[in-house]
Amino acid sequence: MIEFKGVAKSFGRTVALDGVDITFATGKITGLFGPNGAGKSTSLKLITGLNRPDRGEVMIDGKDPLDSKVEVAYLPEIDHLYPWMNIRQAASFVSSFYGDWDEKRYHELLPFLNLDEEMKLGKISKGQRAKTKLLLCTSRRSKYLLLDEPLSGIDILTREQIIQTLIRDFREGEQSIIISTHEIAEVEGLVDEVVFLDRGRVRLQGDAEQLREERGMSLVDIMKEAFRYAN
Amino acid sequence: MEFDLARPIYQQIIDHYKKMMIRGELRQGDKILSQREYAEKEKTNPNTVQRAYREMESMKLVETVRGQGTFVCISPEQLTMIRHEMAGAVMESCVVEMKALGFTDGEIRERLDGALQAKKEAVNDD
Repeated sequence: MIEFKGVAKSFGRTVALDGVDITFATGKITGLFGPNGAGKSTSLKLITGLNRPDRGEVMIDGKDPLDSKVEVAYLPEIDHLYPWMNIRQAASFVSSFYGDWDEKRYHELLPFLNLDEEMKLGKISKGQRAKTKLLLCTSRRSKYLLLDEPLSGIDILTREQIIQTLIRDFREGEQSIIISTHEIAEVEGLVDEVVFLDRGRVRLQGDAEQLREERGMSLVDIMKEAFRYAN
Repeated sequence: MEFDLARPIYQQIIDHYKKMMIRGELRQGDKILSQREYAEKEKTNPNTVQRAYREMESMKLVETVRGQGTFVCISPEQLTMIRHEMAGAVMESCVVEMKALGFTDGEIRERLDGALQAKKEAVNDD
Protein backbone atom coordinates (compact mmCIF):
# COMPACT_ATOMS: atom_id res chain seq x y z
CA MET A 1 0.00 0.00 0.00
CA ILE A 2 1.16 3.53 -0.78
CA GLU A 3 -0.08 6.32 1.43
CA PHE A 4 -0.03 10.10 1.09
CA LYS A 5 -0.76 11.96 4.31
CA GLY A 6 -1.21 15.72 4.09
CA VAL A 7 1.35 15.92 1.30
CA ALA A 8 2.26 19.37 -0.01
CA LYS A 9 4.84 20.20 -2.65
CA SER A 10 5.66 23.48 -4.35
CA PHE A 11 8.13 24.41 -7.04
CA GLY A 12 8.98 28.05 -6.44
CA ARG A 13 5.62 29.82 -6.40
CA THR A 14 3.82 27.01 -8.16
CA VAL A 15 1.84 24.77 -5.83
CA ALA A 16 1.89 21.23 -7.27
CA LEU A 17 0.23 19.46 -4.35
CA ASP A 18 -1.72 21.26 -1.66
CA GLY A 19 -2.09 18.85 1.26
CA VAL A 20 -3.42 15.63 -0.23
CA ASP A 21 -4.42 12.36 1.43
CA ILE A 22 -4.46 9.41 -0.93
CA THR A 23 -4.31 5.64 -0.42
CA PHE A 24 -3.21 3.42 -3.29
CA ALA A 25 -4.34 -0.08 -2.39
CA THR A 26 -2.21 -3.15 -3.10
CA GLY A 27 -3.42 -5.41 -5.88
CA LYS A 28 -5.34 -2.70 -7.69
CA ILE A 29 -4.97 -0.65 -10.83
CA THR A 30 -5.53 2.98 -9.88
CA GLY A 31 -6.19 5.74 -12.38
CA LEU A 32 -4.66 9.06 -11.37
CA PHE A 33 -6.76 11.49 -13.36
CA GLY A 34 -6.82 15.21 -13.83
CA PRO A 35 -6.06 18.00 -16.28
CA ASN A 36 -2.53 19.19 -17.06
CA GLY A 37 -0.92 20.78 -14.02
CA ALA A 38 -3.13 18.92 -11.56
CA GLY A 39 -0.19 17.34 -9.72
CA LYS A 40 -0.21 13.85 -11.27
CA SER A 41 3.46 13.68 -12.28
CA THR A 42 4.55 15.24 -8.99
CA SER A 43 2.63 12.56 -7.09
CA LEU A 44 4.38 9.78 -8.98
CA LYS A 45 7.80 11.38 -8.51
CA LEU A 46 7.15 11.60 -4.77
CA ILE A 47 6.56 7.84 -4.71
CA THR A 48 9.83 7.19 -6.53
CA GLY A 49 11.68 9.50 -4.15
CA LEU A 50 12.79 11.73 -7.03
CA ASN A 51 10.84 14.53 -5.37
CA ARG A 52 10.54 15.07 -1.62
CA PRO A 53 7.44 16.50 0.06
CA ASP A 54 7.60 19.97 1.65
CA ARG A 55 5.03 18.84 4.21
CA GLY A 56 3.30 15.58 5.08
CA GLU A 57 4.55 12.09 4.29
CA VAL A 58 4.59 9.54 1.53
CA MET A 59 4.89 5.92 2.63
CA ILE A 60 5.45 2.75 0.63
CA ASP A 61 4.36 -0.24 2.72
CA GLY A 62 4.92 1.91 5.81
CA LYS A 63 8.37 3.19 4.85
CA ASP A 64 9.79 6.36 3.39
CA PRO A 65 10.49 5.90 -0.36
CA LEU A 66 14.21 6.45 0.21
CA ASP A 67 14.37 3.73 2.91
CA SER A 68 12.03 1.38 1.12
CA LYS A 69 13.53 -1.75 -0.39
CA VAL A 70 10.31 -2.47 -2.26
CA GLU A 71 10.71 -2.58 -6.03
CA VAL A 72 9.04 0.33 -7.80
CA ALA A 73 9.13 0.53 -11.61
CA TYR A 74 8.53 3.97 -13.04
CA LEU A 75 7.70 5.01 -16.58
CA PRO A 76 8.42 8.73 -16.84
CA GLU A 77 6.48 10.99 -19.17
CA ILE A 78 9.64 12.31 -20.80
CA ASP A 79 11.75 10.45 -23.33
CA HIS A 80 14.51 9.22 -21.04
CA LEU A 81 16.17 6.65 -23.30
CA TYR A 82 19.50 7.28 -25.05
CA PRO A 83 18.87 7.66 -28.80
CA TRP A 84 22.13 5.93 -29.76
CA MET A 85 21.17 2.71 -28.01
CA ASN A 86 19.22 -0.10 -29.60
CA ILE A 87 16.56 -1.93 -27.62
CA ARG A 88 18.94 -4.70 -26.56
CA GLN A 89 21.45 -2.18 -25.18
CA ALA A 90 18.70 -0.23 -23.39
CA ALA A 91 17.42 -3.46 -21.84
CA SER A 92 20.84 -4.50 -20.58
CA PHE A 93 21.35 -0.97 -19.24
CA VAL A 94 18.08 -1.10 -17.28
CA SER A 95 18.52 -4.70 -16.15
CA SER A 96 21.93 -3.90 -14.66
CA PHE A 97 20.24 -1.57 -12.16
CA TYR A 98 17.36 -3.74 -11.02
CA GLY A 99 17.37 -7.12 -9.35
CA ASP A 100 13.76 -7.77 -10.32
CA TRP A 101 14.53 -7.82 -14.07
CA ASP A 102 12.85 -10.81 -15.71
CA GLU A 103 14.70 -11.80 -18.88
CA LYS A 104 12.08 -14.39 -19.85
CA ARG A 105 9.26 -11.90 -19.64
CA TYR A 106 11.33 -9.41 -21.65
CA HIS A 107 11.71 -11.92 -24.49
CA GLU A 108 8.00 -12.74 -24.40
CA LEU A 109 6.99 -9.11 -24.52
CA LEU A 110 9.23 -8.15 -27.45
CA PRO A 111 7.23 -9.97 -30.16
CA PHE A 112 3.92 -9.22 -28.42
CA LEU A 113 4.67 -5.50 -28.78
CA ASN A 114 6.06 -6.00 -32.32
CA LEU A 115 9.47 -4.76 -31.25
CA ASP A 116 12.87 -5.96 -32.39
CA GLU A 117 16.02 -5.86 -30.27
CA GLU A 118 18.01 -4.34 -33.12
CA MET A 119 15.76 -1.27 -33.36
CA LYS A 120 17.68 1.91 -32.65
CA LEU A 121 15.87 4.22 -30.22
CA GLY A 122 16.76 7.40 -32.11
CA LYS A 123 15.30 6.03 -35.33
CA ILE A 124 12.01 4.42 -34.31
CA SER A 125 8.56 6.08 -34.22
CA LYS A 126 7.03 7.74 -31.20
CA GLY A 127 4.65 4.82 -30.75
CA GLN A 128 7.53 2.34 -30.83
CA ARG A 129 9.44 4.41 -28.28
CA ALA A 130 6.37 4.44 -26.03
CA LYS A 131 6.16 0.66 -26.32
CA THR A 132 9.89 0.34 -25.59
CA LYS A 133 9.46 2.38 -22.42
CA LEU A 134 6.63 0.08 -21.40
CA LEU A 135 8.68 -2.99 -22.29
CA LEU A 136 11.56 -1.89 -20.05
CA CYS A 137 9.18 -1.18 -17.15
CA THR A 138 7.05 -4.29 -17.35
CA SER A 139 10.01 -6.63 -17.86
CA ARG A 140 10.63 -6.13 -14.17
CA ARG A 141 8.71 -8.07 -11.57
CA SER A 142 8.17 -4.98 -9.48
CA LYS A 143 5.55 -4.79 -6.79
CA TYR A 144 4.57 -1.27 -7.82
CA LEU A 145 4.34 -0.04 -11.38
CA LEU A 146 3.99 3.72 -11.91
CA LEU A 147 3.08 4.91 -15.39
CA ASP A 148 3.09 8.61 -16.18
CA GLU A 149 0.93 9.36 -19.23
CA PRO A 150 1.82 6.12 -21.05
CA LEU A 151 -0.84 6.74 -23.74
CA SER A 152 -0.24 10.40 -24.44
CA GLY A 153 0.25 11.17 -28.13
CA ILE A 154 0.08 7.49 -29.12
CA ASP A 155 -2.10 6.12 -31.91
CA ILE A 156 -5.19 4.08 -31.06
CA LEU A 157 -3.79 0.66 -32.05
CA THR A 158 -0.64 1.15 -30.01
CA ARG A 159 -2.77 2.31 -27.07
CA GLU A 160 -4.75 -0.90 -27.22
CA GLN A 161 -1.53 -2.90 -27.31
CA ILE A 162 -0.23 -1.04 -24.27
CA ILE A 163 -3.46 -1.66 -22.34
CA GLN A 164 -3.43 -5.32 -23.33
CA THR A 165 0.16 -5.67 -22.15
CA LEU A 166 -0.76 -4.22 -18.78
CA ILE A 167 -3.70 -6.61 -18.39
CA ARG A 168 -1.69 -9.59 -19.59
CA ASP A 169 1.06 -9.01 -17.12
CA PHE A 170 -0.95 -7.77 -14.16
CA ARG A 171 -0.43 -10.10 -11.23
CA GLU A 172 -3.65 -9.97 -9.25
CA GLY A 173 -3.32 -9.52 -5.55
CA GLU A 174 0.41 -8.84 -5.45
CA GLN A 175 1.03 -6.05 -7.94
CA SER A 176 -0.27 -2.49 -7.93
CA ILE A 177 -0.34 -0.20 -10.92
CA ILE A 178 -0.81 3.55 -10.80
CA ILE A 179 -1.50 5.05 -14.19
CA SER A 180 -1.64 8.80 -14.61
CA THR A 181 -3.52 10.13 -17.61
CA HIS A 182 -5.77 12.91 -18.76
CA GLU A 183 -7.27 10.54 -21.33
CA ILE A 184 -9.74 8.88 -19.00
CA ALA A 185 -11.92 7.34 -21.72
CA GLU A 186 -9.04 5.11 -22.81
CA VAL A 187 -8.70 3.45 -19.42
CA GLU A 188 -12.35 3.30 -18.25
CA GLY A 189 -12.36 -0.48 -18.23
CA LEU A 190 -8.81 -0.85 -16.98
CA VAL A 191 -8.90 0.79 -13.57
CA ASP A 192 -10.20 -0.49 -10.22
CA GLU A 193 -9.90 2.78 -8.41
CA VAL A 194 -9.77 6.41 -9.39
CA VAL A 195 -8.19 9.49 -7.88
CA PHE A 196 -9.10 12.77 -9.50
CA LEU A 197 -6.63 15.58 -8.90
CA ASP A 198 -7.29 19.19 -9.74
CA ARG A 199 -4.83 22.00 -9.05
CA GLY A 200 -3.02 20.07 -6.35
CA ARG A 201 -6.08 18.79 -4.53
CA VAL A 202 -8.00 15.55 -4.50
CA ARG A 203 -11.48 16.23 -5.89
CA LEU A 204 -12.71 12.68 -5.81
CA GLN A 205 -11.45 9.19 -5.07
CA GLY A 206 -13.13 5.83 -4.98
CA ASP A 207 -13.89 2.45 -6.49
CA ALA A 208 -14.65 2.73 -10.23
CA GLU A 209 -17.48 0.16 -10.26
CA GLN A 210 -19.08 1.64 -7.17
CA LEU A 211 -18.96 5.14 -8.66
CA ARG A 212 -20.67 3.86 -11.84
CA GLU A 213 -23.28 2.07 -9.75
CA GLU A 214 -24.04 5.06 -7.52
CA ARG A 215 -24.07 7.72 -10.19
CA GLY A 216 -25.10 5.87 -13.33
CA MET A 217 -22.39 7.68 -15.25
CA SER A 218 -19.11 6.87 -16.94
CA LEU A 219 -15.89 7.88 -15.21
CA VAL A 220 -15.39 10.59 -17.84
CA ASP A 221 -18.76 12.14 -16.96
CA ILE A 222 -18.23 11.73 -13.22
CA MET A 223 -14.89 13.54 -13.52
CA LYS A 224 -16.40 16.30 -15.64
CA GLU A 225 -19.06 16.83 -13.02
CA ALA A 226 -16.55 16.88 -10.17
CA PHE A 227 -14.55 19.42 -12.12
CA ARG A 228 -17.59 21.62 -12.74
CA TYR A 229 -18.53 21.70 -9.06
CA ALA A 230 -14.99 22.60 -8.11
CA ASN A 231 -15.04 25.71 -10.28
CA MET B 1 -18.33 -6.68 -26.68
CA GLU B 2 -18.89 -2.98 -26.02
CA PHE B 3 -19.55 -2.10 -22.41
CA ASP B 4 -21.92 0.62 -21.31
CA LEU B 5 -19.48 2.65 -19.25
CA ALA B 6 -22.24 4.23 -17.20
CA ARG B 7 -23.04 0.88 -15.56
CA PRO B 8 -20.87 -1.45 -13.46
CA ILE B 9 -18.86 -3.62 -15.84
CA TYR B 10 -18.96 -6.80 -13.74
CA GLN B 11 -22.77 -6.86 -14.03
CA GLN B 12 -22.53 -6.55 -17.79
CA ILE B 13 -20.13 -9.49 -17.92
CA ILE B 14 -22.65 -11.58 -15.95
CA ASP B 15 -25.55 -10.43 -18.18
CA HIS B 16 -23.52 -11.28 -21.26
CA TYR B 17 -23.04 -14.86 -20.06
CA LYS B 18 -26.68 -15.16 -18.97
CA LYS B 19 -27.82 -14.13 -22.44
CA MET B 20 -25.55 -16.67 -24.09
CA MET B 21 -27.02 -19.35 -21.84
CA ILE B 22 -30.60 -18.27 -22.54
CA ARG B 23 -30.01 -18.33 -26.29
CA GLY B 24 -28.45 -21.76 -26.00
CA GLU B 25 -25.06 -20.58 -27.25
CA LEU B 26 -23.62 -21.87 -24.02
CA ARG B 27 -24.87 -25.18 -22.65
CA GLN B 28 -24.42 -27.26 -19.56
CA GLY B 29 -20.80 -28.46 -19.37
CA ASP B 30 -19.39 -25.96 -21.90
CA LYS B 31 -16.07 -24.43 -20.98
CA ILE B 32 -15.94 -20.64 -20.88
CA LEU B 33 -12.89 -18.38 -21.22
CA SER B 34 -10.55 -18.24 -18.25
CA GLN B 35 -10.62 -15.00 -16.29
CA ARG B 36 -7.32 -13.91 -17.77
CA GLU B 37 -8.38 -14.73 -21.33
CA TYR B 38 -11.59 -12.79 -20.84
CA ALA B 39 -9.77 -9.79 -19.34
CA GLU B 40 -7.30 -9.70 -22.23
CA LYS B 41 -9.94 -10.17 -24.91
CA GLU B 42 -12.23 -7.44 -23.58
CA LYS B 43 -9.39 -5.22 -22.30
CA THR B 44 -10.98 -5.23 -18.88
CA ASN B 45 -9.53 -5.03 -15.41
CA PRO B 46 -8.72 -8.57 -14.17
CA ASN B 47 -10.18 -7.84 -10.72
CA THR B 48 -13.49 -6.85 -12.36
CA VAL B 49 -13.56 -10.11 -14.33
CA GLN B 50 -12.71 -12.03 -11.16
CA ARG B 51 -15.63 -10.41 -9.37
CA ALA B 52 -18.04 -11.33 -12.20
CA TYR B 53 -16.84 -14.95 -12.24
CA ARG B 54 -17.08 -15.24 -8.46
CA GLU B 55 -20.67 -13.98 -8.52
CA MET B 56 -21.55 -16.38 -11.33
CA GLU B 57 -20.10 -19.18 -9.23
CA SER B 58 -22.11 -18.19 -6.18
CA MET B 59 -25.26 -17.96 -8.36
CA LYS B 60 -24.43 -21.50 -9.53
CA LEU B 61 -24.32 -20.48 -13.19
CA VAL B 62 -20.78 -21.77 -13.59
CA GLU B 63 -18.28 -23.79 -11.61
CA THR B 64 -14.52 -23.67 -11.63
CA VAL B 65 -12.65 -26.94 -11.55
CA ARG B 66 -9.14 -26.46 -10.31
CA GLY B 67 -6.58 -26.87 -13.04
CA GLN B 68 -9.23 -27.45 -15.70
CA GLY B 69 -11.18 -24.25 -16.10
CA THR B 70 -14.63 -22.77 -15.65
CA PHE B 71 -17.70 -24.63 -16.92
CA VAL B 72 -21.39 -23.84 -17.35
CA CYS B 73 -23.37 -25.72 -14.69
CA ILE B 74 -26.82 -24.17 -14.90
CA SER B 75 -29.91 -26.29 -14.16
CA PRO B 76 -32.95 -26.18 -16.51
CA GLU B 77 -35.08 -24.66 -13.73
CA GLN B 78 -32.55 -21.94 -13.17
CA LEU B 79 -32.29 -21.24 -16.89
CA THR B 80 -36.07 -20.74 -17.03
CA MET B 81 -35.87 -18.45 -14.04
CA ILE B 82 -33.14 -16.30 -15.56
CA ARG B 83 -35.01 -16.16 -18.85
CA HIS B 84 -38.09 -14.78 -17.07
CA GLU B 85 -35.99 -12.45 -14.97
CA MET B 86 -34.25 -10.89 -17.97
CA ALA B 87 -37.50 -10.64 -19.94
CA GLY B 88 -39.08 -8.93 -16.94
CA ALA B 89 -36.30 -6.36 -16.81
CA VAL B 90 -36.58 -5.58 -20.54
CA MET B 91 -40.37 -5.25 -20.36
CA GLU B 92 -40.18 -3.06 -17.30
CA SER B 93 -37.77 -0.62 -18.84
CA CYS B 94 -39.94 -0.51 -21.99
CA VAL B 95 -43.07 0.23 -19.95
CA VAL B 96 -41.30 2.80 -17.78
CA GLU B 97 -40.00 4.66 -20.83
CA MET B 98 -43.34 4.58 -22.63
CA LYS B 99 -45.08 5.94 -19.54
CA ALA B 100 -42.45 8.63 -19.24
CA LEU B 101 -43.43 9.64 -22.79
CA GLY B 102 -47.05 9.93 -21.60
CA PHE B 103 -48.57 6.81 -23.17
CA THR B 104 -51.53 5.10 -21.46
CA ASP B 105 -51.69 1.35 -20.76
CA GLY B 106 -54.04 0.83 -23.68
CA GLU B 107 -51.80 2.75 -26.05
CA ILE B 108 -48.75 0.81 -24.90
CA ARG B 109 -50.57 -2.51 -25.60
CA GLU B 110 -51.64 -1.23 -29.00
CA ARG B 111 -48.11 -0.12 -29.85
CA LEU B 112 -46.66 -3.42 -28.73
CA ASP B 113 -49.06 -5.33 -31.00
CA GLY B 114 -48.23 -2.93 -33.81
CA ALA B 115 -44.50 -3.45 -33.30
CA LEU B 116 -44.92 -7.23 -33.28
CA GLN B 117 -47.00 -7.06 -36.45
CA ALA B 118 -44.43 -4.84 -38.19
CA LYS B 119 -41.68 -7.28 -37.21
CA LYS B 120 -43.67 -10.22 -38.59
CA GLU B 121 -44.24 -8.45 -41.91
CA ALA B 122 -40.57 -7.49 -42.16
CA VAL B 123 -39.63 -11.16 -41.69
CA ASN B 124 -42.21 -12.28 -44.31
CA ASP B 125 -40.85 -9.74 -46.80
CA ASP B 126 -37.35 -11.22 -46.61
